Amino acid sequence: MANANTPMIECKNVSKVYPDGTVGLKDINLTINKGEFVVVVGLSGAGKSTLLRSINRLQDVSGGEILIDGKSITAAKGKELRLIRRDIGMIFQSFNLVKRSSVLRNVLVGRVAYYPTWKTTFNLFSKEDKQKAYEALQQVGLAEKVYNRADELSGGQQQRVAIARVLEQNPKIILADEPTASLDPETSKRIMNDLKMLNEKYGMTVIANLHSVELAKEFGQRVIGIRAGQVVYDGKMSETPESVFTNIYNGGNGKEAADD
Amino acid sequence: MTNKSGQAPVVPGLPKKKFKLMNWVWAIILIGGLFVSTQETNTSLPVLFQNFSNFTEIFVEMAKPDWSYSGTVIPLVLQTIKMAILGTFFGSLAAFFYSLLIARNVVKNKVVTGVFRFIMNIIRTIPDLLLGAIFVAIVGTGTFAGVLALSVFTFGVVVKLFYEAIETIDNGPIEALTAVGANKWQIITDAVLPQVMTYFISYTLYAFEINVRASTVLGYIGAGGIGLYLQQTLDVFQYERTGTIIIIIVIVVVLIDYISSKAREALMK
Amino acid sequence: MEYKQLAPAPKSTAKRIKTWLIVIISLALLIWSFTDMDFGGIKPSAKQIVGSIFNGLLHPDWSYVYTGDGEDLLSALWETICIAFLGTFISAIISLPFAFWAARTKYKHWFTSRLGKIVLAIIRSFPEIVLALMFIKAVGPGAAAGVLALGVHSVGMLAKLFSESIENLDEGANEAVIASGGSKWHVMMFATMPNLMPSLISNTLYRFDVSLRSASVLGLVGAGGIGYPLMTALNYRMWSRVGIILLGIIILVMIVDWISGWIRSKLV
Ligand SMILES: Nc1ncnc2c1ncn2[C@@H]1O[C@H](COP(=O)(O)OP(=O)(O)OP(=O)(O)O)[C@@H](O)[C@H]1O
Ligand SMILES: [Mg+2]
Repeated sequence: MANANTPMIECKNVSKVYPDGTVGLKDINLTINKGEFVVVVGLSGAGKSTLLRSINRLQDVSGGEILIDGKSITAAKGKELRLIRRDIGMIFQSFNLVKRSSVLRNVLVGRVAYYPTWKTTFNLFSKEDKQKAYEALQQVGLAEKVYNRADELSGGQQQRVAIARVLEQNPKIILADEPTASLDPETSKRIMNDLKMLNEKYGMTVIANLHSVELAKEFGQRVIGIRAGQVVYDGKMSETPESVFTNIYNGGNGKEAADD
Repeated sequence: MTNKSGQAPVVPGLPKKKFKLMNWVWAIILIGGLFVSTQETNTSLPVLFQNFSNFTEIFVEMAKPDWSYSGTVIPLVLQTIKMAILGTFFGSLAAFFYSLLIARNVVKNKVVTGVFRFIMNIIRTIPDLLLGAIFVAIVGTGTFAGVLALSVFTFGVVVKLFYEAIETIDNGPIEALTAVGANKWQIITDAVLPQVMTYFISYTLYAFEINVRASTVLGYIGAGGIGLYLQQTLDVFQYERTGTIIIIIVIVVVLIDYISSKAREALMK
Repeated sequence: MEYKQLAPAPKSTAKRIKTWLIVIISLALLIWSFTDMDFGGIKPSAKQIVGSIFNGLLHPDWSYVYTGDGEDLLSALWETICIAFLGTFISAIISLPFAFWAARTKYKHWFTSRLGKIVLAIIRSFPEIVLALMFIKAVGPGAAAGVLALGVHSVGMLAKLFSESIENLDEGANEAVIASGGSKWHVMMFATMPNLMPSLISNTLYRFDVSLRSASVLGLVGAGGIGYPLMTALNYRMWSRVGIILLGIIILVMIVDWISGWIRSKLV
């Protein structure tokens, strides 16, 4: 990639205090470049989700600024905000599919911001977009489920539909908040491989919160460690000593550090 | 998506959506039903809008309540509440015993429960005002007809809730008591009732809320309470007075609803 | 061997006082309710009338079931169904915006939804019969007035049920639409409505059961349906006619309850 060092996400003094006084993020300064695959690790409650949800502004930050590809998402409003979000795909731990809609319709959700409202209302997605959705489903190996209802699928399949949704959205950034936390090891690998594919094949910048150190080591190029809302470690995965993980998990609870 | 021959990958096109017959059937039933019922009832929006001023006129008159009339209204509202309390009391009491009779984990005989459930289902179908009209025909106009109607109505509402509550209880205690040789009544008081009492109270309160509402109109057909004045004032076009009655009814009903539902919440915690 | 004495069950005095207070208040209310009730004025003919009604139920006037002139039981029942159907449909449509207004969600101020809830409580408490009479003044006596009265009155309950479903909705799907750049309207179309649909349909069907019962009494005030012939039969003491009408209502309501219960069980 020619401009591998163009910043994609810039967090400047970002902080977040929840209405009840809980500090979610404290003075975060981060620059994530185009095409990076970043894993965020930290104890439960450290603020990983808060960080991700601030980047696409599912929650408002209380201070600081976040730039997406040079544009401030924290200052954007209305249509402008939605257009920035269009460039940020998100994968959730609980998949967040519309359970009673068909798989196809769920994938097409990735496309809504490309259409004027009235067209989506009457389900007037273009033939190309429907075909693209179908191709996205083929990439994650779910072509034959295209007309099934989302809740008829297994957890792993549902997460793959969510990945197809992101493919259909064709964003520059993917935020994945513990995408594998409710899946078995085998399926988790498969999901992570899909994310890797999006990163390598389409050059999408990936930020993934992971609980599993093992997966983090296997897929991450860069590690960001978070504790109590602050960045406590930031470095290349290849240069990260084991002690960092033990340190972040503060001794950890064994399960996460275990590898086979 | 690589294929063996090394050619460019063939991307299959999106298959046609499966034809879902049932969805169409439901859509046709809905649209057909709307069409037919609009015809049958002669409902027409143009007519409504043409005469809408008649409707709003009444509303406007009602919105200028005649407060001097409230002296007459309030005693009758109290009477109405009394009817609701009595109806709730008698109806729930009867339902209490009846529900024990039709709960399959208390009475094992399928024929008995079946027959009594059938009777219950029949009673449940009859609406409150119809019961009122029937009891007025039987015992004459007055509060007694109202209390009877509300009792039967309450019975219908709560008996089903009661027996379903009984059937969802944990069967362990029943079996334990049966094992030590307890009789039916001991099983009921020691194993069943402790588990369902809060539900019963909550359902009774719920029935009371419904009854307060129902009792306010029973008087319209002569079954006692404030409804009588509703009819009288409407008949002679004294809408300010109708308005007074309605405002008082609404306040009382909303208040009782609020208190009772809070009580139910507290109970189920 | 020494055994410990059984201690009395631990119970806080405050709690005991509260329980007793509630019991005493309830009893007092009950006793108060018995005052000034005239249970004495039962007509002497009551027993005979009960006999006649049961006799009428056992010997219903079958000839009234179908006469072909549109003044028979089947036509009246059919009209009742139509009133309930259309009334329920109208109220379901009106209920939607009210439900979103009254639902307590994080997107709006609590005061807004509280106000919506109060408005719904008032609609619920506004007597249906009065509403029917008001519509009779507007569109004349007949089924249309019944439809409109039902359509408006049911909103109070239906919108309340709808709003509860909205409150219990899974937020996740909404977030997914927002995250991919969707507007509020997109969230509504792609996540909220599809997730909401089953409970909307189920609640509407349930309301149809209730509306059917209402529709069969609205006739008592001249708003169409089976209520009017029943009232006439009662007034003229045509007991076998009363019998067949009651049978008709019971069977109709049972069948409709059964069908709607069946559909609702299919929905989940
Ligand atoms: N809506 C909220 N209101 C108040 N506090 C919140 C809210 N959401 C999160 N928090 C708090 O903010 C802190 C960070 O939470 P966050 O969800 O970001 O943690 P996390 O690192 O994602 O944890 P996990 O690994 O369990 O998902 C926690 O203390 C949490 O309790
Ligand atoms: Mg989290």
